[in-house]
Amino acid sequence: MTVHTKPVSRYTTAARVNHWITAVSLILLALSGMALFHPSLYFLTYLFGGGQMTRILHPWIGVVLAVSFLGLFLRFFMLNLWNRDDTVWMKNFGSVINNKEEGLPELGKYNAGQKLVFWGQSVLILLLLGSGFVLWDTYFASYTTIDQKRLSAVIHALCAIGAILIWIVHVYAAIWVKGTMSAMTRGSVSGGWAWKHHRKWFRQEVGKP
Amino acid sequence: MSVMQALDLRRRSASSVPPPAAGKPAAVPVAKLIDVSKCIGCKACQTACLEWNQLDQPIGYTDGTYNNPTDLTTASWTVMRYTEYEHGDDLEWLIRKDGCMHCDDPGCLKACPAPGAIVQYTNGIVDFISDNCIGCGYCVKGCPFNIPRISQVTSKAYKCTLCSDRVVVGQAPACAKACPTQAIYFGTKEDMIAHAGKRITDLKSRGYQNAGLYNPPGVNGTHVMYVLQHADKPSLYAGLPDNPHISPLVGIWKGVMKPLSLAAIAFAGAFGLMHYVTKGPNRVTEHDEEKAAEVAGSEKA
Repeated sequence: MTVHTKPVSRYTTAARVNHWITAVSLILLALSGMALFHPSLYFLTYLFGGGQMTRILHPWIGVVLAVSFLGLFLRFFMLNLWNRDDTVWMKNFGSVINNKEEGLPELGKYNAGQKLVFWGQSVLILLLLGSGFVLWDTYFASYTTIDQKRLSAVIHALCAIGAILIWIVHVYAAIWVKGTMSAMTRGSVSGGWAWKHHRKWFRQEVGKP
Repeated sequence: MSVMQALDLRRRSASSVPPPAAGKPAAVPVAKLIDVSKCIGCKACQTACLEWNQLDQPIGYTDGTYNNPTDLTTASWTVMRYTEYEHGDDLEWLIRKDGCMHCDDPGCLKACPAPGAIVQYTNGIVDFISDNCIGCGYCVKGCPFNIPRISQVTSKAYKCTLCSDRVVVGQAPACAKACPTQAIYFGTKEDMIAHAGKRITDLKSRGYQNAGLYNPPGVNGTHVMYVLQHADKPSLYAGLPDNPHISPLVGIWKGVMKPLSLAAIAFAGAFGLMHYVTKGPNRVTEHDEEKAAEVAGSEKA
């Protein structure tokens, strides 16, 4: 007999819309950025209407991402503050990737891995935004020296690769941990999922009137 | 500014280049030699450049010096830079014709992300192919001499072509043709170096002990060279770099970073796939659902 618990609400509609605007812009930025980063991937410019259009669109999509991510940051940063349980969780990371979560501390809404994704992207997007403005010659060419632009190009590329790697971890975790995706598509997770992965948060949620 | 059939490519931005057709004689490297000691600052070269290339430099403002326009622009691919060099009781008026140096190892081409937007012909000339240019400004970051300019109108990069369209039919660049004192020579790089040698001997005999040729090794030499009275101090000449080289930042960005980054991304993807294949998904069990129902029920009660 299958037990059907009541779904537990995890994300509001506004949070989900906010997330998906960020997600789509990040993917578009990665594609257009990679197109200009490596000659072998230059063909990706065709997705954006050619090289000139890719060069024009990329920074504007970046602005959309920055604003959208700021929304996510303000929504979730309080829930992503580090605590002692996170340190314990990180020390048992080997068990986590071996699908053995027994014996780990009960967690709030986010585990240490999710928090690292959150803070990693927060820092990288801030750096990408700053270096991106330096590289946005159409409007800002005269504000910086050529040496500053060179440094920014390196920082921008490094941070972008970092952000793409974190994105891969983020997406893979959602594929690997079954039952996660519905949190961002429909806004809720099963009771069992909440119990298994975020027990402290689950207790708080079911305790609510 | 157009691909010329008679000029084979040695390098092409963001792409690999097939070797020139077999049986074709190898192009002889060419060079322009600018003898600063013979320049009278008349700007005939500037005018000839505008004329030949059909460029229109809008009337601007003078800053009270002879520098006019005060900097290279998308229309002014060459400008005379005037420096008053005082030492002891002596005053020297150093006049340098600035413009693309046509580096043998061109930083602009190395930095360019658009396939075929910058090419280097086998004769050494570095040319921008506007059709392929996307206006990103990476060439500006790659250039050790601060030469390319991006048009606000066309969003394309511009610079001296060394009159590749004249050279291909056996003509000297327009600036060299116009120079009234023959301060600008054009020929094979070998001949130009030999000629510079004679000029330097002459200058030394006139008291310019440090006269020399500017053909900086940091960029593997250039296809535009200067005879300088003070070759020990190139920066005297309106900031001509003493030891130009492609910035190490550009080297990292356009070198090791490209393959390493793609490898890191591929590795991350492969790691995820292998993890899924070996460890399998993390599933919620019946037991978890039961416990959840129990806790939810008890909390509600």
